[in-house]
Amino acid sequence: MTALLLLPLLLPYALPALARRALDRLAPMTALWAIIAVAVVLAVCSLAALGAFVLTGLLELPVFAALGELVHPLHTASDVLVVPAAVTSVGVLAVCAATLVRSVLRQTRAFRAARTEAGRAPAAGDLCVVDSPRADAYALPGRPHRIVVTTAMLRSLDAAEREALFAHERAHNDGGHHYFLAAAELAAHCHPALRRVRATVRLAAERAADEAAATAVGDRRLTARAIARAALAGQAGGMERPDFVPGAATGPVPRRVQALLSTPRVPPRAAPWIAALLIACTGVSCLASTTGMLDFHHRVEVAQGEESG
Amino acid sequence: MADSKDERRPAGELEASVMAALWAAGVPQTPGQVQQSLGADLARTTVTTILTRLYDKGVVGRCRQGRGFAYFPVQDAQGLTARRMHTELDRDNDRETVLARFVAQLSPDDERVLRDLLEPGER
Repeated sequence: MTALLLLPLLLPYALPALARRALDRLAPMTALWAIIAVAVVLAVCSLAALGAFVLTGLLELPVFAALGELVHPLHTASDVLVVPAAVTSVGVLAVCAATLVRSVLRQTRAFRAARTEAGRAPAAGDLCVVDSPRADAYALPGRPHRIVVTTAMLRSLDAAEREALFAHERAHNDGGHHYFLAAAELAAHCHPALRRVRATVRLAAERAADEAAATAVGDRRLTARAIARAALAGQAGGMERPDFVPGAATGPVPRRVQALLSTPRVPPRAAPWIAALLIACTGVSCLASTTGMLDFHHRVEVAQGEESG
Repeated sequence: MADSKDERRPAGELEASVMAALWAAGVPQTPGQVQQSLGADLARTTVTTILTRLYDKGVVGRCRQGRGFAYFPVQDAQGLTARRMHTELDRDNDRETVLARFVAQLSPDDERVLRDLLEPGER
């Protein structure tokens, strides 16, 4: 039964590949919802499994056994397994909690500060212009939503392309995409394998906003051109850029441009399969952690002498 | 003309477009020039109204030019605020985690692919 609790810990390793396929085959917004839902469930289940390991280990200790009013020793797999599992779980949970809290605090602080500044000044509609030689643009959610664009970005696009850019950023704000990004961030801190899902979630959000922008301006080509030119302008800025992996596969921007240039596809037949796999992944994870927990609960009750083994 | 697609857009969106055109131009623009650079079905009177509203808010400045005004973006307090906000977000290297950014960093491969993709449509 303890082995069952390992499943929720292993399943997240399947998600990055599954998420990438989901994004290829499902509509961007559907993919975004599906991936984030599965990632959050898997994160919660893996935390629950770790929690169960910790509890089992604790009840092995006489102090906690007395606290738990155990009259018999807890029936578990051999101590050789239980104690190291519990100790490791405590360590992992502690690291998770620490990075989670740190990330949440840091991000909310930066975000609050930015919002305060953004709310202080009168703006032209929702547009907030930053005079900077670096081409950059992003959506700043909040009340009211803002779009932040640098002067370099505005100058590298023509009027129609700027409209596509604004439509893209407004789609982020209206679609509440920051909630998805935040959820992906939190999930990433719960399980190391979910870290690789973040990039897919980010790409799914961008794709969703791209499609919304293309609909808003009524021109896929124009939207694709705006993205490509904005990206190239960002490179021309000559600012320091982080190291990338040489020879890496095609990055997110060309994929977005390509997706817009190709005609929107009818959902391929693989779509139901991907959906089924995602649901199965979630189901198995939930089932395994629930069964594991119930089994643990049962064993505790047996040890408390409330039920007979 | 008053019923064209662009006229019905929310006022905030029009303000943003006009402001963007002013920043992109770099030199003071008359309502006529803004209207032309926007290339949209906006009446000149609409552009003038928006520019006047932006001027009243203190977001743009204006100077006499001929019989009318030419408008330019104001860079003082407002620009500083925007910059402070930007810096606030830029401080953390992992700004990407909270913000949906328009374009990510490109690898040289990406750059080549993009140029190839742009080629047929590029003027």
